[in-house]
Amino acid sequence: MSAPPSPDEGLSPAELAAKYGLSVSGARPGLAEYVRQLWGRRHFILAFSQAKLTAQYSQAKLGQLWQVATPLLNAAVYFLIFGLILNAGRGMDKDVYIPFLVTGVFVFMFTQTSVMSGVRAISGNLGLVRALHFPRASLPISFALQQLQQLMFSMIVLFVIAAAFGSYPSLSWLLILPALALQFLFNVGLSLVMARLGSKTPDLAQLMPFVMRTWMYGSGVMFSIPIMLQDKPAWIAEVLMYNPAAIYMDLIRFALIDGYGSENLPSHVWLAALLWAVLVGVAGFVYFWKAEERYGRG
Amino acid sequence: MADETNDVTATAADGARIPTVIADDVHIVYRVNGGGGGKGSATAALSRILRRDKAESRGVRTVHAVRGVSFTAYRGEAIGLIGTNGSGKSTLLRAIAGLLPTEKGKVYTDGQPSLLGVNAALMGDLTGERNVILGGLAMGMSREEIRERYQDIVDFSGINEKGDFITLPMRTYSSGMGARLRFAIAAAKNHDVLMIDEALATGDRKFQIRSEQRIRELRKEAGTVFLVSHSNKSIRDTCDRVLWLEKGELLMDGPTAEVLRAYEKETGR
Repeated sequence: MSAPPSPDEGLSPAELAAKYGLSVSGARPGLAEYVRQLWGRRHFILAFSQAKLTAQYSQAKLGQLWQVATPLLNAAVYFLIFGLILNAGRGMDKDVYIPFLVTGVFVFMFTQTSVMSGVRAISGNLGLVRALHFPRASLPISFALQQLQQLMFSMIVLFVIAAAFGSYPSLSWLLILPALALQFLFNVGLSLVMARLGSKTPDLAQLMPFVMRTWMYGSGVMFSIPIMLQDKPAWIAEVLMYNPAAIYMDLIRFALIDGYGSENLPSHVWLAALLWAVLVGVAGFVYFWKAEERYGRG
Repeated sequence: MADETNDVTATAADGARIPTVIADDVHIVYRVNGGGGGKGSATAALSRILRRDKAESRGVRTVHAVRGVSFTAYRGEAIGLIGTNGSGKSTLLRAIAGLLPTEKGKVYTDGQPSLLGVNAALMGDLTGERNVILGGLAMGMSREEIRERYQDIVDFSGINEKGDFITLPMRTYSSGMGARLRFAIAAAKNHDVLMIDEALATGDRKFQIRSEQRIRELRKEAGTVFLVSHSNKSIRDTCDRVLWLEKGELLMDGPTAEVLRAYEKETGR
């Protein structure tokens, strides 16, 4: 191009960029700015999670009915194996054990599926990451939100089961809300961490099911930790009971089941639930943001 | 910004042209897992890990897609990118948009360049209607903006010309219909720096004319336009400057006629 001699002649690209106020493309915004951008995308995050949820069963003949049927079948399988065959209740009343078991399964699954979808949040959506601009944290958060909506359907099943075994709705059921809110925050943090790890090492998607299963058996989903570990050193039960999955499960069981009193909870349980949520939530968010500009590299 | 026309290159007060995109020695490397070492069996993978050699032999292959490209684009320019398949055109566009991190070098931009494309955000299992909303949100439009433009998008795509298809899942659309809706959604937003990747050749003749018209409108509103195309005609029609990439290197950068002549001579037509 035969441009006229320009006063910019001889400037280096960086100097030229500075002169006209150009910024580096794809640079990571500051943390506050990042949060602001993320807030600006809240409608997308919500719409994406709802879309994923709907798309899940759209080819099935029963359609959205599976949202409720899947947790119901899950509960039935666990009841058959642990309730009837293995009798893992260990002297717990059936009226307590069955809601205990089903609550454990649903609440743990909430964390499990959030982690699993977190691992694939970036690595499974590279097309999206490479085509459009948005704060990448939108994806793991959106997937965690999808799991929360999924849990709402499971909760309907859970309420019916609880009532069927003699735990009727009462004021204490309201405690489920703060417990789930804290668990959701915890899940978001965890899935943000997994999303960053998974974007670098997609192999985690193969490994995580085993880690999650170990965690599940160690958190007392199908049995009560204190009863099962009666003859072991007390600190083992103590450690297991303060792990976040066990804490959130126990809180919701306590809120829901009449025969499951506060004697089953470790001390300062709400504080522990809050600390886990804030710690993992905030740390996970910052950890994810630190690599924001690197997501999408092949 | 929007009222500048494309024939008049905007200038700053001191007579210099205003740059909008500066690429400074940009290198882009893809890493491909599992592409390496001929055999794809589990034992081969294991032995690669055990050998603990460099990344290359551990089954990670690197593809150096763009090698040291530098250029400066100015406000009001329409720049075509040409080159044979796999020469790094689309990759370079993504780097300019800040979507692919560079291995080395930097890209400076004025505002946020956007790729014209929304395919990845859409879901075949959802209705066209929900996809319009989802796609719009994914591009960063607000709910109000989408509501305002919803009817325009549907009309433009022509999806409803043959019946009420917008309320059917997108996977039931013919490939042409899907492409039309995707283009209609993508073209609904205005951009500062707009990048178009071979989007022109979608749909039937009638739709092509309509989409070319829309691209001209978008060009008028955008500060700078990049166009990747294999159609020399559409490059000639829309661009005043052309970058010719080959094997990731910038082979030529100049006025459209000059570069296209050299390119056509090289590719033998």
